[in-house]
Amino acid sequence: MIEPILRVEGVSKSFAGVRALDDVSIDVRAGEVIGLIGQNGAGKSTLLKVLAGILRADRGSIVVRGTPVTLANVGAAAASGISIVFQEQALLPNVTVAENILLGHESPALHAGFYNWRTLYALAAAQLDKLGARISPSALTATLSFGERQLVEIARALAVEERTRHAPIILFDEPTSMLDPKGIEAVLGQIERLRQRASIVFVSHRLDEVLRVSDRICVMVNGRSIAIRNRATCKVADLERLMLGRELDAEDDQQVPLLKPGAKVILSVRGLTRHSSYQDVSFELHSGEVLGIAELAGSGGESLCRTLFGAERADAGEIILEGRQVRLRQPADAVRLGIGYVPAERRLDGIIGSLGVRENMTLAHLDDLRRGPIIDMAREREVVKSWIERMQIRTPEADTPAQDLSGGNQQKVVLAKWLVGRKLKVLILDHPLRGLDVGVKAEMFSLIRELAEAGLGVLLLADTVDEVMALSHSIIVMKDGFVSGRFSATAAKPSRLQVLERMV
Amino acid sequence: MMPADHQGPVGARPAAAGQELRLSTPLLALIVLYLGFSLIAPGFATVENLWTIADRCAIPLILAVGTTFIILQGSIDLSIEGVMAASSLTVALCVLNNRTGLDLGLFGLALATLAGAGLGLLTGLAIIFLRVPSFMVTLGVWSASTGIAMLLSGDQPPLIRDSVLRALGLGRSLAVPNLFLVAISIVLLGYLLQNYTRFGRYSMVIGGGEDLARLLGLPVDRCKVLAFAFAGLLSGLAGALESARIGLGHIDVGAGQMFATISAVVIGGTSLGGGRGGVLQSAVGILTLAVLADGLVFIGVSPYTQKAVQGALILSAALVATWPHRGRLRIVK
Repeated sequence: MIEPILRVEGVSKSFAGVRALDDVSIDVRAGEVIGLIGQNGAGKSTLLKVLAGILRADRGSIVVRGTPVTLANVGAAAASGISIVFQEQALLPNVTVAENILLGHESPALHAGFYNWRTLYALAAAQLDKLGARISPSALTATLSFGERQLVEIARALAVEERTRHAPIILFDEPTSMLDPKGIEAVLGQIERLRQRASIVFVSHRLDEVLRVSDRICVMVNGRSIAIRNRATCKVADLERLMLGRELDAEDDQQVPLLKPGAKVILSVRGLTRHSSYQDVSFELHSGEVLGIAELAGSGGESLCRTLFGAERADAGEIILEGRQVRLRQPADAVRLGIGYVPAERRLDGIIGSLGVRENMTLAHLDDLRRGPIIDMAREREVVKSWIERMQIRTPEADTPAQDLSGGNQQKVVLAKWLVGRKLKVLILDHPLRGLDVGVKAEMFSLIRELAEAGLGVLLLADTVDEVMALSHSIIVMKDGFVSGRFSATAAKPSRLQVLERMV
Repeated sequence: MMPADHQGPVGARPAAAGQELRLSTPLLALIVLYLGFSLIAPGFATVENLWTIADRCAIPLILAVGTTFIILQGSIDLSIEGVMAASSLTVALCVLNNRTGLDLGLFGLALATLAGAGLGLLTGLAIIFLRVPSFMVTLGVWSASTGIAMLLSGDQPPLIRDSVLRALGLGRSLAVPNLFLVAISIVLLGYLLQNYTRFGRYSMVIGGGEDLARLLGLPVDRCKVLAFAFAGLLSGLAGALESARIGLGHIDVGAGQMFATISAVVIGGTSLGGGRGGVLQSAVGILTLAVLADGLVFIGVSPYTQKAVQGALILSAALVATWPHRGRLRIVK
């Protein structure tokens, strides 16, 4: 048997008594792509961070090309030929592409302590050429598109090769979770190409992706690596069963419950226009209804959602809430009127990472929890406790900083933040399932249904047409800022094809 | 929102900011200001007045170079005036003077400059090791070094009698004020440091994302200490040179300089949040303030109104700088 390039043996890691990694062993062979899957909190990210030198394992050993190594920091990992491509892009916007690619390793381009920019650009260009990326090394990183920035990150990971004189080991932490289908294709294409010159560990929530690019797939559950499967011998359903420890309920395919006839209109939008984003949008949202917006990214839906939350200005049109025309000058107006918003950029707009779960949940509705000018702490705790239970939020304590929770649990906190308010009428969900694994997704599906049944009006923008169709009573399709199709709750349910046709 | 072009071919782009002097808005404003005063104030656009302006902005230019690196990193330096005071007394007591028997000549100038560097080094180390924000540490250093200067000064500020030093402070070489020549050299040095050394580029990186810089194992702390030591050195030099000019070691040599320097850095387009701007931009800011002050005298505006006009300029510069980033949800602190 060939000695693997990277061997992880019995690695364990705990955080404050919680086992994040429990005796994990795994090996990676030269030129191999290993897919790493598991539910949120299964330990995938922790394992990657240990390998990248960001976290230190409590126990166990890591062997690179037959030599045991101590990965004390990112630099040490890089010296062993291991580099990581972060989930959220970790590039500096205010310096050049070349500097980002060679950050911390500029020495070959220095003469007597002074930069030779031409050499620096040439060194960076060599890395970009490996990817066939036509990006100028002297460009300011902020001027690049999202996809280009991802290529720059991969180029940075590849630069390790020059320093170790070995094929690098590149760790990808959910590189696709924030991308639209076109972006995903680009990244998967890159991984296929990288196979020639690197070994890869690839974390993703999308099992079909993992099956497509990985040679072997490692399934993690509760910090343990429970199975390693060859691509040839497994199917998505097998992986799901291994990950969840149970068959996934056929919940996703359930029929959307029928809308109660005669439900009253909660929100009605007439001729809403924001010249730069969407034009002449009209619709009615009923109590108990989930209204899905189907669109390709950038067709105006996100901007529309933000307008209905008061975060962006509309140039024309009316917003009528329960029969009364309202003006939303800022998000605070929307909150006061009973409109909640779950943003696409959870980490940026959804939670305040350093605050506890409790504070994140109640901060938008402290008015409901106060007695005179003073916040009723006992009631606050009680309310928070009940929502943590009801939504099954996995958090060590109510005051654990929200940033320490896994992505799915963070999303539940964001949702709970709006449900805590007593007068919530409309809930706007902007890509609420993005980056969540199948288990949490299923939970979110039933939660959204439950909320609608309780009488809320839900406006849903989702990543895929399937998600929109599985959840929505009625659907509007947007294309280039215009409403290009409508499928109302009363009419027959449209087919997937009918919706797609209107989108493109 | 995801951009649509994920992997499309990208043509060559212009070189990065900072490597070339672009005709930026602040530079344009400076030129317009100069031309404007030339038109309405006879006698403004003379070579002689140009040297007056140069002389006026020499000390602020030296200070702005050091401050730029600190602000680029996302920190702030409020100790300028205190460090200048300490260095002023140091130089006055070390060279030929009416209080001590010392006569160290230019070595005294070096000593005062090093004293500034020492104070800056202490400031940097305090920020790194005590983990106190630069705002508070430098405020403390300002007060402490003013105190040192007061002790050294006593009741009677020392008079400088060293002719070489006085000549450096007051004289001209080929019609150009000596101090301006020193200032220009410092600006050039700063430009080189900023664009061609790791210290300079890492300062930019730290301002752009300190957490990322630390994650990638860059020597963030070392860069920060270096920046404060460098700024302290330049404050020391500026304090000593100003003393050479006025012929006196005095605790007030730096009066008003901190406000002017930070304003000029911002007017030039360096962001107080860090990561954007540069030495040349700051120099443009200093020149703008100097041209404005000089021009207002020419057209006979009272000193009181001058302050107000200066304030309005700073406000509008800040407005211009932040205008493209406006949005309902943008946070302003």
